[in-house]
Amino acid sequence: MSQKSFLGGHGFSRAGKTPTNLQGDFLLSTAVISHEPIDSQWSLPYKGHVGMLCLIVAESAIFTIFVVAYLFYIGKSLSGPTPRQVLELPIFASICLLSSSLTIHVAVAALRKANFGAFRLWWFLTLVLGSIFLVSTAREWRHLIYDKGLTITTNLFGTTYYSLVGLHAFHVTVGLIGLLTILLLTLFRRVQQEHAKNVDTFAMYWHFVDVVWIVVFTVVYIIGR
Amino acid sequence: MSSETIALAGVHEPSRPVGVLLHSWVTTVDHKRLGILYILYAILFLVIGGIEATVMRIQLIVPHNHFVSPQVFNQMFTMHGTTMIFFVAMPILFGFGNFLIPLMIGARDMAFPRLNAFSFWLTAFGGILLYFSFVGGYGLYGVGAAPDVGWFAYAPLTAKTFSLGHSTDFWTFSLLVSGFGSIGAAVNFVATILCLRCPGMTLSKMPLLAWLNLVMGGLVLLVISPLTAAQVMLALDRFLGAHFFDTQAGGSAVLWMHFFWIFGHPEVYVLVIPGFAFASEIIPVFSRKPIFGYPIMVGATVAIGFVSMSVWAHHMFTVGMSSYGNTFFALTTMVIAIPTGIKIFNWLGTMWGGRLIFKTPMLFCIGFLFQFLIAGLTGIMLSAAPFNWQLSASYFVVAHFHYVIVGAILFTIFAAFYYWFPKMSGRLYNEKLGKLHFWLFVIGFHLTFDFMHIPGLLGMPRRIYTYEPGRGWEIWNLIVTIGVVFQAVAILIFVGNLLYSMFKGVPAGNDPWDAWTLEWSTSSPPPEYNFAMIPVVNSRRPLWDIKHPEDPDWQYE
Repeated sequence: MSQKSFLGGHGFSRAGKTPTNLQGDFLLSTAVISHEPIDSQWSLPYKGHVGMLCLIVAESAIFTIFVVAYLFYIGKSLSGPTPRQVLELPIFASICLLSSSLTIHVAVAALRKANFGAFRLWWFLTLVLGSIFLVSTAREWRHLIYDKGLTITTNLFGTTYYSLVGLHAFHVTVGLIGLLTILLLTLFRRVQQEHAKNVDTFAMYWHFVDVVWIVVFTVVYIIGR
Repeated sequence: MSSETIALAGVHEPSRPVGVLLHSWVTTVDHKRLGILYILYAILFLVIGGIEATVMRIQLIVPHNHFVSPQVFNQMFTMHGTTMIFFVAMPILFGFGNFLIPLMIGARDMAFPRLNAFSFWLTAFGGILLYFSFVGGYGLYGVGAAPDVGWFAYAPLTAKTFSLGHSTDFWTFSLLVSGFGSIGAAVNFVATILCLRCPGMTLSKMPLLAWLNLVMGGLVLLVISPLTAAQVMLALDRFLGAHFFDTQAGGSAVLWMHFFWIFGHPEVYVLVIPGFAFASEIIPVFSRKPIFGYPIMVGATVAIGFVSMSVWAHHMFTVGMSSYGNTFFALTTMVIAIPTGIKIFNWLGTMWGGRLIFKTPMLFCIGFLFQFLIAGLTGIMLSAAPFNWQLSASYFVVAHFHYVIVGAILFTIFAAFYYWFPKMSGRLYNEKLGKLHFWLFVIGFHLTFDFMHIPGLLGMPRRIYTYEPGRGWEIWNLIVTIGVVFQAVAILIFVGNLLYSMFKGVPAGNDPWDAWTLEWSTSSPPPEYNFAMIPVVNSRRPLWDIKHPEDPDWQYE
């Protein structure tokens, strides 16, 4: 087949059906061909939610690897201290973090109803609860490092403990920065009712951080001890 | 063709100064430009990685060769592997996905254009960071500090004690950075395909390329992340004195192998699934038939995605797993051949009874079918644990995975280049040069990689920088290196053809192949907004419906 006829596009068509509109010239608007009106209900998922879900899937895989490493190295440390000797259950901090999932949920619901006062209040409460958790982690680390002499180099327990809990604390920190940013935007009245979807997308991340804490808590403070 | 593009004020400025043009490319968030940037960037690294392979082949052409030192040889195979996987194959496939997915699903851009640009620049700087190792660190003193621990960087070789200086750190951080880029690109792929399809394009009416890239995006999210996590652990070991892979403190070297291959094996499928996607678009057009068994193709791809995540330890038969572990991974590895075989039958079914047109893209696809079959067969051989014990880490394995990566993935990438070049550049490539490229590359490929199996069977281990004469390896190594010459010439012809056709090629028109998917309905190259009106589709082949209103596809689907 020569280049010429190839360009024209005739050489390819099904026998007996050589089309006349095949000069490569059909208009864009003719791409709309509808044998019946397309259902006006054509709606697809919100891209923010899908994107955040994808991110959560990827993050879950990262946490899974750290959790597997933690479980694999339980009891394999060559020297002390052991988890049972130094770890105390962070009950209060855990309650704070988990209840912040509730407060952020209430906040987003308030924003959907354009109830800005309630939104600000519950959002601020979420920020406070998250901050309490982070401060509690910091105090726990300080206690472990200065009073118990456990660092990331001490033994395998130290290595896996600081990296897993630290990875989670890093995500809490990112979440707190996000919470604070949205709070500031709210104070400048830049968050409106139509932003409920965006704020909700962020809330998905915060819920994820909370759910991961349940896993980390179980692995580090229950199974690991 | 100007009739399709709406003249918007300020869209088609006449000639702009180079600085402005460059600035517009660096700051672009347009999916087509980012796609082309990904592709150009990957071609650059393809040439670099190819040079590294050539250095190794020259070193191995005769026994006791002194072309490069053992240290340089170690750096060459490490950089060759790392470059080809992370900075050639991944970006080139992301580039095609970026360019094609919005056009094929009738969207005006990706879901998150700025994230898209961010991902590209992360990948780009990851590559630059890796190659900075040649001059950075100890490289500044003229001794070179390129990574030399192999592309899978087994512990404890990567420990501070055994890998002094910063060569391994360059490797770790460049993969960490480009890994975040890959995750960002995958988030974008999945969100775009799920959320931006044009009206009427239900999941069952999506082009297969979109379906396969959706599966690829999901796989990237699940398997690049473990690599990222493992790199973080390695960095903690090297910088903060953690003990994840430190065997002196009770750490486990085998754990690194697991973590690496949980990424490493699905990665092959991350690369080959977009290759399948190209074949699934090109073979039907050049067979003048719709794809055979569309739902089965989708199902087989999803099955491959799932099974691919449970086969990783077949890379580790020789480390001494339990017999249960060996049996499990041998079986899963054999099972994955089933959906893969289904796909091969479907492509053959598409060609069967069709009016085959042997243009360059089709030739590359046929080469792919044949070579992928052989690659799959040697894969099944290696999945049998006892056979693997004999041949693991030999040139047989090297030949096997190059058969997959070059014979299957690179061949489909070449097919995609020729097929979509008219859409990207607006001009046709030179068919004669394209065919010359194909035949030279096929000859070079088979000379190199067919004969590479034999020294492996004769016991030649991979990664040795030289060997003794008299073991029967000389002739095979000579033939393998001669094949490289053919491949190098073919690549030069390929690059020359693209450059020449970019400026001197025959204008292509909208639809040079008389194809059926939406990207061919817009001008070549497409305007910035892709579609003046968002199209509405009723079948898997919307352009067939336009061209054949008397016999549209939606009557049968």
